[in-house]
Amino acid sequence: MANVTTNTHRVGRKRRSEWMQPLGLIGATILIAFALIAIVAPLVAPYDPLAQEARRLMPPSADHWFGTDQLGRDVFSRVIHGARLSLPYALQLVVMAGILGTVLGAIAGFFGGWVDGVIMRAADLVLAFPDIILAMAVVAALGPGLFNAVLAVVIVSWPIYARVARSMILTLRQEPFVLSRRLLGASSIRTLWSEIRPNITGPLVVLVALEYGHAVLILSGLSFLGLGAQPPAAEWGAMVSEGAKYFDKWWMSVFPGLAILMVVMAANFLGDTLRDVIDPRSKRHLS
Amino acid sequence: MMQMIRSGWYRLPGLLRFTLGRLVVGALLCVGVTFISFTLTQVVPGDPVMANLGERAASDPEIVALYRERYGLDQSLPEQYARYLGRLLQGDLGESQQTHRPVATDLATYMSATIELAIVAMILAMAAGVALGITAAVWRNRWPDQAIRVISLAGVSVPTFWLALVCLYVFFFKLNLSPGVGRLGPGTPAPPTLTGLYTFDALLSGQWGLFREALSYIALPALVLATYTTGIVTRFTRVAMLDSLGNDYVRAARAKGLPARTVILRHALRPALAAIVTVSGMAFGRMLAGAVLVESVYSWPGLGLYAYRSALTLDLQAIMGVSLIIAVIYILVNLGVDILYAVIDPRIRY
Repeated sequence: MANVTTNTHRVGRKRRSEWMQPLGLIGATILIAFALIAIVAPLVAPYDPLAQEARRLMPPSADHWFGTDQLGRDVFSRVIHGARLSLPYALQLVVMAGILGTVLGAIAGFFGGWVDGVIMRAADLVLAFPDIILAMAVVAALGPGLFNAVLAVVIVSWPIYARVARSMILTLRQEPFVLSRRLLGASSIRTLWSEIRPNITGPLVVLVALEYGHAVLILSGLSFLGLGAQPPAAEWGAMVSEGAKYFDKWWMSVFPGLAILMVVMAANFLGDTLRDVIDPRSKRHLS
Repeated sequence: MMQMIRSGWYRLPGLLRFTLGRLVVGALLCVGVTFISFTLTQVVPGDPVMANLGERAASDPEIVALYRERYGLDQSLPEQYARYLGRLLQGDLGESQQTHRPVATDLATYMSATIELAIVAMILAMAAGVALGITAAVWRNRWPDQAIRVISLAGVSVPTFWLALVCLYVFFFKLNLSPGVGRLGPGTPAPPTLTGLYTFDALLSGQWGLFREALSYIALPALVLATYTTGIVTRFTRVAMLDSLGNDYVRAARAKGLPARTVILRHALRPALAAIVTVSGMAFGRMLAGAVLVESVYSWPGLGLYAYRSALTLDLQAIMGVSLIIAVIYILVNLGVDILYAVIDPRIRY
């Protein structure tokens, strides 16, 4: 991993042109649009997402833009309301995993010794599993449900943040301004909070942005498998899964899937751009 | 004694020492993995008795007691774990409550399907990713580069389960180009088992028709599974190629008047390969994860489908077995990648 670095100084040109700023802007716009849609969903959705009022399994029409599903619910309204689940839950997930991972990584890096050993070996263990497999096992243990799915993915995704936080702290704790603070008698926690935290926030925010898209994907994936959101919830992954049972009624799964694709792509566009704008040097950790 | 071991250890050739060291670490990881999966299955609030026996049988205390005894559910946790580890050493992974067969037997049957799918998908992803990455690097910042960036970002952004469905709809239902789900058509006998990989076995036994049939069945799921990995490989290839294209010896090769093809494929690609190989190892883990989703859509009888089914039915032994085997595969692949890395790049010494 550490061997994959870009020697941009050698290939010349400014980085700004390299990473296509417009993509970041497009990503941000799409994400903000989806966030707004999520907030005003009840106002803009033409129908109640749970109301079984229309004729069943109707293809897209002027009345029902995305058609209707097997219970006569309006797919367009359900996709709009889906933003109220996928977006905030994925945010909750990356924030929780980010905080847990950063705290553990910071403790490991700052104190070293056996504490470091225990935490980082635990991280290695978790990373020895492909994420969704371990998440599935955890959800199976906790019981299906969207919040349990979030918890499960927090448990499988904290090591990324821990590794990044630890590697930054290992360098930072040797810096003169940190050492002098300690010599002046500041406690460990105080040093970590007031000297180290401000220096690692930027890269970690970028990492959270980069992981956001993945969070949306894995949560909807778990819902698709029936381990996350449960029917009749208008969750995109669960909707795709319901649509799969009515295979020839393509509109039932195509539109919610497109919503996932757009959000994840937007997040990745934004994350990519942020990575270079905020913190060009940390590419190594983050890629 | 320790002294002898230590001096002997350092007299071993570097690569062998490195390999042995990694094997030990890998083995420790595997033990840790059994611990994790065992711990997990213990916090299950859902009662496996209820999940598997059904309401009527679960209300009969005699049946429940028999069931608990049969699967060792009546013992204390450390005892259960110790028993599990002990049997594990004999290659016994317990019995699946769902299929009522030994988990090891189940895994052996399901594993080859996943390995075949992963190999084909990996070949597709590497070929496409390296080609796209080289193109992007050569046409840096011009339209092919921009287009490829969007393609590779789309590749890592598309929900695998959705893409699987859409492809099935388009290529099977609408265009009739794909024969559908499964590994072979209904009624087609599987080739004689040599490796368990249908395409390979069909080739080895010289059955051309069967080979083509197996290939037509695997094409679509492999393509879908390859999408994500292609995105990753493309991006890393581009970065690695940009890096090596900036080297002086590449400039020198150009100045000598060598054709662009030779410069790019011979001089620049070789040092970039090491980075690409490393990424492919990491990407393999994601591929195993993606296999769960792809296999569940295409009814591909692999580890992913098995893991999914056992997770839904809270089949403890099966979950432990399947997560163990997948983690082991992942650890071994990454070990292989590290060694390959040393072989490809002679600058690396262990």
